[in-house]
Amino acid sequence: MADYEIPEITGEDGIVDVPKLVPDAMKGSGPWISKQEFQEFMHFPTDFTMPESVDNYGDADTLVENWKERALDKMADLKGRYRSLQVYLDICVKCGACTDKCHYYLGSTDPKNMPVARQDLLRKVYRYYFTFAGKFFAKLGKPEFVGAAELTEDVVKDWYNYYHQCSQCRRCSVFCPYGIDTAEISMAAREILDHIGMGQKYCTEIMGKVHKIGNNLGLPAGALADTLEGLEEDIYDETGVEVKLPLDKKGSDILLITPSADFFAEPHVDGLMGYAKVFHELGLDWTLSSYASEGANFGMFIGSYENMRKISLRIRQAALDLGVKRIVFGECGHAWRVAYSFLNTLAGPFDFLDQNYPIPQHVLEITEPALAAGKLNIDKSLNDDMTLTFHDSCNIARGSRMGDKPGGQFEIPRNVIKAVCNNYVDMPSETIHDATFCCGGGGGILTDDLMEIRVKGALPRMEALKHVTEHHGVTHMAAICAICKSQFTKVIPYYGFTMDQIVSVHQLVSNALILTGQLTEEEIEAKEAAEEAERLAAKEAREKAAAEKAAKENKSDA
Amino acid sequence: MVIGVIYAVLFWAATFVIVLGVANKIRIYWKTPAPLKIPTTPAPVTQGGVVVRMMMEVLLFKSLFRSDKLLWILSIMFHYSMLIIVIRHFRYVLDPVWGVVDFVQPYGKYIGFIFILGLLGLLARRIFIDRVRYITAPSDRAMLGLLILIAFSGLMMQFVSHTDIVMVKAFFRGLIHFNWQPLPADAALLIHLTLVLILMFIFPISKLLHAPGVFFSPTRNQVDNPREKRHLAPWAAELEKQGKLYLDELD
Repeated sequence: MADYEIPEITGEDGIVDVPKLVPDAMKGSGPWISKQEFQEFMHFPTDFTMPESVDNYGDADTLVENWKERALDKMADLKGRYRSLQVYLDICVKCGACTDKCHYYLGSTDPKNMPVARQDLLRKVYRYYFTFAGKFFAKLGKPEFVGAAELTEDVVKDWYNYYHQCSQCRRCSVFCPYGIDTAEISMAAREILDHIGMGQKYCTEIMGKVHKIGNNLGLPAGALADTLEGLEEDIYDETGVEVKLPLDKKGSDILLITPSADFFAEPHVDGLMGYAKVFHELGLDWTLSSYASEGANFGMFIGSYENMRKISLRIRQAALDLGVKRIVFGECGHAWRVAYSFLNTLAGPFDFLDQNYPIPQHVLEITEPALAAGKLNIDKSLNDDMTLTFHDSCNIARGSRMGDKPGGQFEIPRNVIKAVCNNYVDMPSETIHDATFCCGGGGGILTDDLMEIRVKGALPRMEALKHVTEHHGVTHMAAICAICKSQFTKVIPYYGFTMDQIVSVHQLVSNALILTGQLTEEEIEAKEAAEEAERLAAKEAREKAAAEKAAKENKSDA
Repeated sequence: MVIGVIYAVLFWAATFVIVLGVANKIRIYWKTPAPLKIPTTPAPVTQGGVVVRMMMEVLLFKSLFRSDKLLWILSIMFHYSMLIIVIRHFRYVLDPVWGVVDFVQPYGKYIGFIFILGLLGLLARRIFIDRVRYITAPSDRAMLGLLILIAFSGLMMQFVSHTDIVMVKAFFRGLIHFNWQPLPADAALLIHLTLVLILMFIFPISKLLHAPGVFFSPTRNQVDNPREKRHLAPWAAELEKQGKLYLDELD
């Protein structure tokens, strides 16, 4: 299946044993580099040369002119604008508490995937050029004594490779005694790389589509409208109820922002139909926007405040144009971090929205209280063919909140699952809540050119899932993030699971929700049979008429 | 007297460097904006909650406890014995001596052994655990060595060859009043003081900055209230004010 080794899982206790170091296990050329046209769209320099092959990635003659100076200038700029970067570059004591916490290290055994070692790739350059100790020992010819190193081609190559083996999931930050967040370092590193001609194709190309069309897929308004219509038909066929998925409906109360994967990917789309059914049942007046048809914001992945803000402003604009009162986000991890933690900063103030609701609000913050208040007619037995577990998405778990209380981001999704399913089991405590493991595809890694690290990075979650499937009869894992869902459906076959074991939380709600006026299966069958009979009769009548006409013509010919 | 003058000058210089150096770093951390809300959640939703969170980190090393029990025990041994030792050393400067200094005196004499034990444990980790060995720079080992030697030379004076402690105290009292006093020419004492001077000099240019730095860590010191309260850095506000998308477009 692949030309690299897939890690073994045992399912014994659900926890991956800390592996021995294998230096350079994941050394490589990194993901595909972005062309000038995409870089230009992102307002990044374009005076670099596209490398002829991946073997030339990071070669000095492919980079921008004066690349070293410009990289250092960018570093100086960033550390002057981000307290996190400045403080975290200074204060790490190399205690090693984080060394066994990264899923990419656990899965790949490469020491440069240990969070502190990943940070040190940037920190050693900082120390060399920006600290007294680094400069002093460099003069003595011994910069390595204080962990300082000159910026060279090889360092740039390591940056590009290893900063694209970080999903910015922040698990290391939870366990660091100072809260040092490798995500902040890897975002800064990617921003520097973007300024010397080493942008990542996956991220910048996708952002180009958002800037131009409004979503990561480049799905234009017409196609989006067709898709939504198709989904309305699907719901109608299944329930006999006309549930709408409105697009650009002016004057709606709610603007729903959801990851564009929800429009077509499995199991995402089942989640989207779930939101639509919940809104319908609660009588909420809502709409999607074709202008801001994307929840995900890849600007965060590349550490570009400016591009992240530019994407966020589309949401503000859409809310203003449509005259909505509330903004609600669908199931998406990074989208929710940007929405919950950053949107007010980037695109606020939202004084034109209804202040009686959280701005923005998560769809689960609507569904959970509705379920608790018994406003939705639920038949839990409809999910009895499954035993569920829940994967806490990293960006929701450690970078956001839901509800009023800290930790609501863990309770609310679980409350919803338990309200619509009879069988629920948590994975081992070291792998959930704020200690959750990233799916392995977050932070701009969800691309086919990074398949090896994606498969290996999924190991800790796979091990935990294996444990609950073998010991607690779990059959399905629910997620509330478009990246988690896409990543898992792609990589779990490598570990012996099947794609359909990954489900959306609102898919479970949708399964169990009985809409007002919903037809039973028999009624739908009867209705379909009647429609089919009608169709057949019409067809027969047409054929009969055609035959008669043909016969008449034959006669006249004769 | 020559020794007294040399050490007096060095101690004044070291004090100058450590105070101004750390103050300068704190100024940099203070004035560098944190443009986005990035507390590691679940995070406190009030400022008071943040104070509690920070105290749990600074006083109890809470995150480290979750992370690595052995490292936590060694760190607690090292840091808390250091605290007691430092408090105990005030007796060589203060006159009259504060009650708290008198209080720790009977334990303080022996706590140096726990201090060294903790440090040796930390050093052993750097040598024997492959992951920690990989991330260790020579300066990390050197710093542990420096602390071990400071403790060792101190314990030598305490238990093996006493120095003229009255004279030492007169020297440090003199420093406070900018007044030259002689120092005893004992090897153990001079080694001890030299190493302490080195520690003071490197403090503001090394990882020892974790002490003031932790208070500025945005993942730990921010309130989780981004929906309720708009957070905006000055440079980001400027983009808004001028209606620009990119920083290089600013006037």
